[in-house]
Amino acid sequence: MFSFPNIAYFIPLLPLLGFLVNGLGRKHLSKGAIAWIGSGVLALAFAASLVVFLNLPSGGPTLLNAFDFIRIGELRIPFAFQLDALSSLFLLIITGIGFLIHVYSSAYMHEESAEHYGRYFAYLNLFIFSMLLLVMGANYVIMFIGWEGVGLCSYLLIGYWFRKPAYTQAANKAFVMNRVGDLAFLIAIFWLIARTGSVNFVDLPAALSSLSSSDITWITMLLFVGATGKSAQIPLYTWLPDAMAGPTPVSALIHAATMVTAGIYMIARSNLLYTAAPLTLNVIAVIGIATALLAASIAIRQNDIKKVLAYSTVSQLGFMFLAIGAGAYGAAVFHVMTHAFFKALLFLGSGSVIHAMSGEQDIRRMGGLKKALPITYFTFLIGCIAIAGIPPFSGFFSKDAILLSAFLKSPILYGVALFTALLTAFYMFRMFFLTFGGTFRGTDEQKHHLHESPLAMTLPLMVLAVLSVIGGWVGIPELFLHGGERLIEFLSPVIPVVEGHAISHSTEYLLMGLSTGLVLSVIFFAWTRYRQYRSEESSAPFARLLENKWYVDELYQTAIVQPLHRFGGWLRSFFEPKIVDGLIQGVGRSIRYISQQIRLLQSGQTGNYALWMVISIVVILSIQFFVRK
Amino acid sequence: MPINYYLFLSLALFTIGMVGVLTRRNAIIIFMCIELMLNAVNLLLVAFSKMHHLKNLALNASVGTDGQLFVFFIMVVAAAEVSVGLAIIVMMYRNIHSVDIQFLNRLKH
Repeated sequence: MFSFPNIAYFIPLLPLLGFLVNGLGRKHLSKGAIAWIGSGVLALAFAASLVVFLNLPSGGPTLLNAFDFIRIGELRIPFAFQLDALSSLFLLIITGIGFLIHVYSSAYMHEESAEHYGRYFAYLNLFIFSMLLLVMGANYVIMFIGWEGVGLCSYLLIGYWFRKPAYTQAANKAFVMNRVGDLAFLIAIFWLIARTGSVNFVDLPAALSSLSSSDITWITMLLFVGATGKSAQIPLYTWLPDAMAGPTPVSALIHAATMVTAGIYMIARSNLLYTAAPLTLNVIAVIGIATALLAASIAIRQNDIKKVLAYSTVSQLGFMFLAIGAGAYGAAVFHVMTHAFFKALLFLGSGSVIHAMSGEQDIRRMGGLKKALPITYFTFLIGCIAIAGIPPFSGFFSKDAILLSAFLKSPILYGVALFTALLTAFYMFRMFFLTFGGTFRGTDEQKHHLHESPLAMTLPLMVLAVLSVIGGWVGIPELFLHGGERLIEFLSPVIPVVEGHAISHSTEYLLMGLSTGLVLSVIFFAWTRYRQYRSEESSAPFARLLENKWYVDELYQTAIVQPLHRFGGWLRSFFEPKIVDGLIQGVGRSIRYISQQIRLLQSGQTGNYALWMVISIVVILSIQFFVRK
Repeated sequence: MPINYYLFLSLALFTIGMVGVLTRRNAIIIFMCIELMLNAVNLLLVAFSKMHHLKNLALNASVGTDGQLFVFFIMVVAAAEVSVGLAIIVMMYRNIHSVDIQFLNRLKH
């Protein structure tokens, strides 16, 4: 029972148990008990994931069949878990980072009352459960259950402080936008069932031959639309920056490290289909690079520390989709992993800053926090370096793999991607210098209050900082280390390795040198510019465009939301009272009218009845005589 | 005598009876009109059965007699009906001191 593979059942069940205990017992448990239960189940799940990871047989996947989820006619959808390289890697990321964030949350959310504290941890555990279901599911349907579950938890946690209307609105926005993508995902599943009669991942290679190329293109496109919803790509990305309304650890866990990578996971899982659909891959590459560039450009002019990180997340997700579009699924998964480390670190670091600043999130009113928050400062710096992509930090290797794949796909993509990477370095260090450099610009009260966060918060930061440094070493390119690219090799049972890099070592060195050199110079530029704070108020039209996020929200508001509102208003004021009610009441009224008329026949006069009888007999007889011959 | 004469006589009697039922208000007159309609039918039955009997005499001596038998049944039923009907009319007169059927629409209320 406690051995491979059955131990895998515990991985999702433990967080579910934590959810039930914390959710039902939130009024009776103390805060300490809630934190211990919430984090404890995650620690155990992480241990179980490690067992799975270490015992994973090489080669094919291990399937765990629990029961038949759906059985209709020929269609059989088992409730099954699939353990292989890809899912075990995600299990480690989710439970590992999830555990750290639970520990961090126990201190960060300490000011909440016990009841809400319990609610928070219950939601977090439910989220982890759903996410584990998503990555462990052996078919699209089970994956979809988890997919919906994480969407729900995201909604619940964004709206955690539900007394603020703006926050609940952000939660609604996230939920509705996700639903748009979910619909496409669902249609793709139905399409697959209609054409192949199976949704199991293990049946995909067989299904490939029975699908026509237009089927594959449609299915992959629809799956990708689903991924754009969950992973915040154009056109469905605007919910993610708004999702920062949730508590900061939630942003770290859900809206940076795990849930938003679900789209990447789903596509990496279906890589066989995608490889067979070159059109979709091109679309993904273009959307990915466009999202990366757009979000990075917006991040330059944001002043909310979490908003910068949110747009940075959108941008990094764009990078991952670029890698997928270039056919480098392994690089995308690699970046998911390293991004999970350094983005969780950055978000938790920003949470520590916000905690110290008594809730202040505007980087214009920070500055000089280096002395007050030494651990946060140091770990945040590591996160920034990692995301900027300086060797040997983790971000460098994964981003380099993506840039290389983009270069192989098309030099234009490479150029834009490199430019975006430079923007990334710029806005991250802008934020870094504004937050930690210079002099303190907040109020005196805030200054008096400045303090380093407790150990429960700094410890996860330190662990994540270490991971952000060394996390990329599992994918050191062949170039530097013979027998490198261990991750790609590890993933090869799921993601077939494409042999034959048509690129010479000298070009590879050149590209790496180029990106590293440029990134360093951009960081230096950011240092000269933001070392000392100066007001950035600018009326240049382009700056205002960026500050207002390219007016995409306004565009959606006028193009989609308002017409829908008006349509709804029309339905309410005209369609419902006039047409629907009119129809229903019209039926009633006409029946009443007809009855009133017919009622007059029953006069009570025997003579009348006799007359009607005679008339009827005459009519019937005439019909008999003249018509029915 | 040709059968047509019987037919016309019977039709005339039936129509008189029917119009009487529909137009008159006195229950006794309506009752008599109903009797008239019954007798018109009786006449028709007798006439037709006699016609059949004469036509098919060579084949079978008993043909066409059932119509005549049927007439007796109708007479018996009509006699029974008269006794019941007259009793109703008597009761009606006792209760409302009139035999006008227009007063018999009380069920309505």
